[in-house]
Formats: sequence, structure tokens, C-alpha cells
Amino acid sequence: MTARLRRTAGVASLSAVALTLAACGTSGSSPNAGPGGPTAGSPAASTTSASPLPSAPAKVSGTVQLWHFFTGREAKAIDAVVADFEKAYPDIKVVVKSGQDDTKATQAISAGKGPDVDLSYSTDITGKFCSTGAFRDLGPYIARDKVDLSQIPKPVQSYTEYKGVRCEMPFLADTYGLYYNKTMLTAAGYTSPPKTMSELTTMAEKLTKFNADGSIKVAGFVPTVGYYEDAPAHYAPTFGATWLKPDGTSNIGTDKNWQPYLNWITQLTKFYGQAKLAKFVAGAGQEFSADNDFEKGKVAMMIDGEYRNAFLKTEHPELSYATAPFPTADDKTSLYGAGYVTGNIIGIGKGAKNPEAAWVLIKYLTSNTAAMVKLANGIKNVPTWNPALNSPDLVADANFKTFLDIFANPSTATTPASPNGGAYQVTFQNWIEKWQTGKAGNNLQSGLSSVDKQINDALKLGTAP
Amino acid sequence: MTGRHGNQRLFTVALMTPATIGLLVFFVYPLIATFYFSFTRFDLLSSPQWVGLRNYRYFFTEDPVVWQALRNTLWLVVVMVPCRILFALGTAGIVTQIKRRAGLLRTLFYLPALAPPVAATVAFVFLFNPAVGPVNQVLGVLHLSQPGWFADSTWSKPALVLLGLWGIGDIMIIFLASLLDVPQDQYEAASLDGANGLQRFRYVTIPSIKPVLLFATITGVIETLQYFTQATVAAQVASGQANNGAGTATTLGFPNGSTLTFSQWLYQEGFTNFYLGYASAMSVLMFLIAIGFIVFLLRRSGSFRGAEA
Repeated sequence: MTARLRRTAGVASLSAVALTLAACGTSGSSPNAGPGGPTAGSPAASTTSASPLPSAPAKVSGTVQLWHFFTGREAKAIDAVVADFEKAYPDIKVVVKSGQDDTKATQAISAGKGPDVDLSYSTDITGKFCSTGAFRDLGPYIARDKVDLSQIPKPVQSYTEYKGVRCEMPFLADTYGLYYNKTMLTAAGYTSPPKTMSELTTMAEKLTKFNADGSIKVAGFVPTVGYYEDAPAHYAPTFGATWLKPDGTSNIGTDKNWQPYLNWITQLTKFYGQAKLAKFVAGAGQEFSADNDFEKGKVAMMIDGEYRNAFLKTEHPELSYATAPFPTADDKTSLYGAGYVTGNIIGIGKGAKNPEAAWVLIKYLTSNTAAMVKLANGIKNVPTWNPALNSPDLVADANFKTFLDIFANPSTATTPASPNGGAYQVTFQNWIEKWQTGKAGNNLQSGLSSVDKQINDALKLGTAP
Repeated sequence: MTGRHGNQRLFTVALMTPATIGLLVFFVYPLIATFYFSFTRFDLLSSPQWVGLRNYRYFFTEDPVVWQALRNTLWLVVVMVPCRILFALGTAGIVTQIKRRAGLLRTLFYLPALAPPVAATVAFVFLFNPAVGPVNQVLGVLHLSQPGWFADSTWSKPALVLLGLWGIGDIMIIFLASLLDVPQDQYEAASLDGANGLQRFRYVTIPSIKPVLLFATITGVIETLQYFTQATVAAQVASGQANNGAGTATTLGFPNGSTLTFSQWLYQEGFTNFYLGYASAMSVLMFLIAIGFIVFLLRRSGSFRGAEA
């Protein structure tokens, strides 16, 4: 009996210790604790300094740790600009860690070991990072240093803030448009790219070639969701389709603009035949390699970002191609010229040890025209700062300029920030994959409503206690 | 005498302490913490909030994906585990019968187990590519049906089973050792009693290697319940999508969620969507499922013993 009691007491104390430790597992901080981060007295307050200084300090010094996800050629471009920064600010040393993804950064920030500055690839984290305070609110810094946000296009402004909290600055952007093989179009008698989805469908069918066994030899345009950059997010602006309602719940089932997009997928898939299309897609070359189907001349047209220009230049300079805005829905021709924009984002981590120096670095990387032009030329992305966008030093041939124009178009749109990140896009895309292969039933409206429910249930899981 | 006993006890405690601390820190604490987190809303970035049974309710009534992941995982447990054990046992049985170059054969059959899972999976997906893979080209030459393998939701899980069969070296080597350990005189006695090959296998081999079979089954079930790497890599490669770090990953379970396993969905919910509370609830339920399987297998094993007695 005594031994049993001892065992019980042991388990009880162990449980108590474990629960206590569990409760201390993360630094408790209130979301959006105002300028400077967590509220005073919170466990994390001792590691993060308070509000930014009331006026910009005359001299900022110290070490700043910068995490980013780039590797290879793109990482070298970052290193070059960081070297320029260190020359301009000799009292600030920047320690750069490349190849860091969002999961690592999140875990490090949660453990209080995060970087001073984190450069992320995904605008999907904006809602989460701004609402939880994982990235500090940059609003007070921006106001204090009078950074002119009007120099940043509206869609870009929108994907770097959540519910009025600007916890990020934009760091270059990706814009999506149409790439087409000029040789193939000319051979088929076309002198210009399609401007509407009907034209795209007609041209795709005419440009498609089949092998003797019926398999696809050259596809005019592949409508398979998940094929390279074929994602609903990239089509939404040209169909005028929206993702979320003002209250943050899903609008996919309600917004009638999604249905023409899905019907178009069905129509073009039927032309090829689902099985033939699936086999063609299965044999596709890797997206970011010289085996990319467009680069190899296996597809005549595709949707892609401005960065493809750089790959084509180095991997297939012989390919005769051109770029254009992506076609619009037949009844949305006024949207022609617009497209989807997303980009990289940069913010100050919650536990930043040197936030003032971190802000100086962020300001330099995102609003110094020369620095941004150098980055854009090096990484071959679109600058997110208007003076850089209009700079004569920006290297932009006709094919790249297409994307600069799309970027500047007032109807260009992005995906909205959500507290559950990009989960709503994944849910929809997975459903479309089933729809396209005939495994999501025949009732489109009912299917879209089920997508709404799934997204909204997940949203509640992440937000409601 | 008491002093010597006391010293002995101290010595024993000292020897056991590192392992006990390791067990408490790396097993007991995470287990209890996971159980606690399963009743919270926890996003890794802010403090956990107590939500009672909310995560469990979401699991049972609102998350359609988790059931697909669970079905896929159980399919793999029910099909892949027995297939791997039977194939490994058969291979080991053949190897024991071969006298010449037995060492070379053992090495050849064992080698795939040394291949890194990611590399092996990438290679398999290329071999089984329905458009350009050599497997379908050979099937085509033989005028046989050419499945879509990893690109077809009907064939993707069987393709994973084939990958599992290719890598049976680790189990095969254990079976081989146990088969070589079966007393030869028992086979001789059975032969003298007129037992044929099948009867010798049923009444001599199986009882002798039963503990090893049980071990292989239990570890196989646990490994398959945690099946992650091969399914993730196969889906990623077969989908053709690059995951260069840009944006939201959508390749999990490709095609049509057919390769989505429970542990993948748990990871996705926990570390991509940051629903750590829900992921903890999933972990607790997976823990219970694993215990259920183990208890079932141990009880079945006991009933076999009873039948023999």
C-alpha cells in the first residue's frame, strides 16, 4: 500500500512538473503588444527591447542576424547588397544565414532564439505573424522615420499587413503572366497572344499535337492544377474571383466568379482527355530545371512568374518566346493587363536583440532605391519600391517589362492574409484536383460549399477558444 | 551486510539514473505535454489556451481530411505490413536453401535497406513514371496494361507497397538468422513422421520463429503508422511541382490525397498550419491506435500459444 501511494505521488508530481513546464513552453506574449513587442512583465520582455526610440538614433551599432531562404545565385545577390549595407553602416555587422524556411524561423522565434530580421518567401504567414506578434509591429518605426508607404503598390501593401498591423515590409515581388512560344504560335497562324479565356482555349486546342498512339506530344496549354505554377491563386485576378469575405470566412462558394474558372478547366481537360493529360503531366520535366516543358518546347503556352525569364536566358537562350498579361474571363476584359502578385516579406522577429539595427537593415533593403534595384537585377524579381521600379538602372527587356506593367496595373491582386495562413488555398486546390479528375461529384455548387465549410471549420479551430 | 546492500543499491541507482533521466525527459515529459496540449489551442507563437475537447471534436466531426489520411494509413498497415513480412520470410527461406554464393545473395537482398529512403523513393518514382519510366515501357513491349503508378490514385498505394517490398533487407536478415536457428533435428523428426514441406513449415518453422514474427509484425505496424518520408517524397516528385520554398505546399497526398498518411497530416496541421493543439490531439489518438494494434497482436500471439498447448 505504501509503495502504491509512493508510486501515485511520483506520478502526480511528475505530471505537475510536466504541466508546469508545458505552460512555460512558449514565451507568453500578447499579440500585437504595441510598439516594441510584448507587454512589460511578460517573459519575453527582458529579451526584447521596448518601443522604438522616439526619434531615429544618430548612430546605430551592433550585430544583426538576418535569416533568409535564398540559396545559390540568389543568396549571392543578397550577400552583395548586405556588403553594401555594411559599408554604408560600418557600425552594424550583419550575420547572414541562408536557406532558412518559415517552420525553422517560427520555431526559433517561439523559443526566443529567432533572428533579428527574417526574410520569408511566403505572404501566407502574414496573418499568423502579425496577429500573434511573431513579427514586431513596424508601424511606429515607419511613422517615426517617415517612410513613404505610398511608394509601395496597394496589393503589395495589403499582403504585408493584417488587420491594420504592418509587421512586414515587402522585399521584391513575383508577378504572373503568360509565356508563349512565338515559333509555335506563328506556325499556327497567330500573330498575337490570347486575351480572353475563350481565345486561350481555342488557341490551345489548335496548338496541341498528338502522337500516333494518341498521347499528347505538344500541349497548347495545360489546365491541370498543380502543374508547375498552375494554381487557383494565380488565376483569381483574371476571373475577378475573391477568396474571403470581410469577416475572414471563405467566399469561394458564394463568389460566382470561381465557377467560370472551374468550367474552363473542365472544358480544356475534356479536349485532351483526363487520362492523356495525366500521363502528359506525369512525364513533365522538373519545373526549375532545363527540362521544364515550356523551355523544352513541349507546351506552347503557360502561366508563370517573371523569374522564368532568367531561367530561359541561361538554360534555353535559343527559345523564341514572348510574354503577355494572362487572358481574362470573357466577361472581364477590363481586367486585361492585371495579374497575380505575391512576394517576399521581411520583418523584425519578436525576440530581436537589436531591433533598431534590424530596422535600419530592413529600411535599407526595402526602401533604398539603389539597393532594391541591385537586388532586383541580381535575383530577377520585381522591385516593390516605385522609385526602384522606375529606375533607369533596372535591367528590363520587353519580356521582363510585361511583368513590371502587370505589377503596376491597378487591378492586379494578391491572396488575402488569413490567420490560418495559406490553408484556405491548399484546401481549395486539393478539391480542384479531385474535381478535375471527376472525384468530387457532379454538383459544382455543392462541392464549393463543402470547400467553404472545410475552410471555415479550420479557421474556427485556429481562432476560436 | 546492510552497508554492502546500501552501496549496491546506490550503485544500481547511479547506473540507472542517466537512462531514467533520458526516459523522463524524452519520453514521459513529451507524452504528458502532448496530452496537455491536445486540450489547448496552441500555435507555437502565443501561449496555449485551454479549449477542452475542441480539438477532439474537430477530429471526429469536422476534419474530412484526417479520415482520408487514417484510411490510407490503415490500408498500408493491413496490406503493406503482411506483404513485407511474407516477402521477407520467403526471401530468407530461399536464401537459406541456397548453398553456393549464399553470402553474395544475402548482401544483394540486404543492400536496398541501406539506400536512403528519399533517394530510393525518387528513383522508384522515375522508374515507375507512366510516361517515360522504363517499367511501363517494358509493360508496353509485353502488351500489358500500363498503370499510372504514383500518378494514379488507384495505383499509388500499391506502388508504395512495391517500394516497401524492394527494401525488405532489414527484416529479411532477422528472419534469416532465426530460420538458421531452427533445430535441424526437428525437421528430421518431422520428415521421419511423414510431414511434407508445407507441414514442416507450419509445425516446425513457424513455432520456432514465432517470437521473431511477432517482433517484425509489431515494429512493422508501428513504422507504418508513422509512415511519412516515402509517401511525402513520392507525392512531391510525382506531382512534378517544385517546392523551392515559395508559398504554400500543395503536393501532400498527390494524387487526390491517395498517399496522404496520418503522420503527414499531423505534421501539416502542426508545423505548416501551426495547429499544435490539434496535432497533439492527433498524436494522442495515434498513440491509442498503436497501443490497440499492439495489444491485439500480443493477445493473438497468446491465443496461438493456447491453441498449441
